[in-house]
Amino acid sequence: MKGLGVIYDGLIKRNPTFVLILGMCPTLGTTSTAITGLSMGLATLLVLVCSNAAISMLKNFIPDKVRIPAFIVVIASFVTIVQMVMQAWFPSLYSALGIFIPLIVVNCILLGRAEAFASKNPVGLSVCDGIGIGLGFTCALTAIGIVRELLGTGAVFGCQLYSADFGALLFVLAPGAFIVLGLLLALFNRLIIKK
Amino acid sequence: MLSYLAIIFSAILVNNIVFAQFLGICPFIGVSKNLDSAFGMGMAVTFVMVVATAVTWLLQHYVLLPLGVGYIQTIAFILVIAVLVQMLEIVMKKSSPGLYAALGVFLPLITTNCAVLGVAIIVAQKNFDFLYSVVYALATALGFALALALFAGIRTQLELSDVPASMRGVPVALLTAGILAMAFMGFSGITIG
Repeated sequence: MKGLGVIYDGLIKRNPTFVLILGMCPTLGTTSTAITGLSMGLATLLVLVCSNAAISMLKNFIPDKVRIPAFIVVIASFVTIVQMVMQAWFPSLYSALGIFIPLIVVNCILLGRAEAFASKNPVGLSVCDGIGIGLGFTCALTAIGIVRELLGTGAVFGCQLYSADFGALLFVLAPGAFIVLGLLLALFNRLIIKK
Repeated sequence: MLSYLAIIFSAILVNNIVFAQFLGICPFIGVSKNLDSAFGMGMAVTFVMVVATAVTWLLQHYVLLPLGVGYIQTIAFILVIAVLVQMLEIVMKKSSPGLYAALGVFLPLITTNCAVLGVAIIVAQKNFDFLYSVVYALATALGFALALALFAGIRTQLELSDVPASMRGVPVALLTAGILAMAFMGFSGITIG
């Protein structure tokens, strides 16, 4: 039951994108379409769950002084695994996400959760936290991807809703990423946090 | 010579690391509240990025590739950058306290700045030669510093304006960054060499 609460926290109350405002680079860089946003979110989710579990298991063996480098090595190992798996089985997705896959290592969400949660809590809860935060990140990236793809090309997940001639290309390009994320953040503030 | 000019121009303006490649957004949003800290961060990133790119280039071409272990690139690079930042901090504290006082607070933050690791990986992927890589890193870092300084200038003005409560802070900063990115898109038609 406690696990579900932790998952809900990660999804809404501590949503990494809209509340904590962490991991902005992949959020902006990989959301030009819904499908790339979704797959980036899932890749991060996978690394986050694995690294949270591993760090939670190792927390009593890692000396306090070198914990940050140790966390980074654990995270980097899982990132390398995900990178190789994607390269082997999803080559087109791998090339679409490009440099942002190895850059999961420096996503502040992962190190943040390792330091703030996994190094203090048991394995089960840490996995739940990873799932919650990871899902929160995935949902946010997918939402941004859907808005950008719809406004830019008139399609959602590649399925054409209206003619691409009416799309504003700006939203697929770099400025659109900043503008859509800014507006969605404001919307989240207004509707959910009620600021 | 022309190819170096082209890469400098392209890395600073056309393919600006913040506005076109979306790297280093966290410090871009976080440390751009006033011009002084933006300048400090820009200088620190420039310094670390050039040194890190040079070291990781040597590591990639003289250690990882000859040994056939290119797949541990990500782990090796991030460790090298983390160690490098620590070392720079220690060396600077002893040798140039003035520079340390100016950059000190920003140095530890740079380890998790994805722009530094990003440039190291881009350079390795594109197979640039050594000098070209270092020039590319320097130009990219200057582009980052330029973006940070421009944005800090705008944000100090933004502080004074009346913004709706739900837009205050990061949302309106992102919208402004979007408009700034649009301005930078104007450079994208230009090609040299």
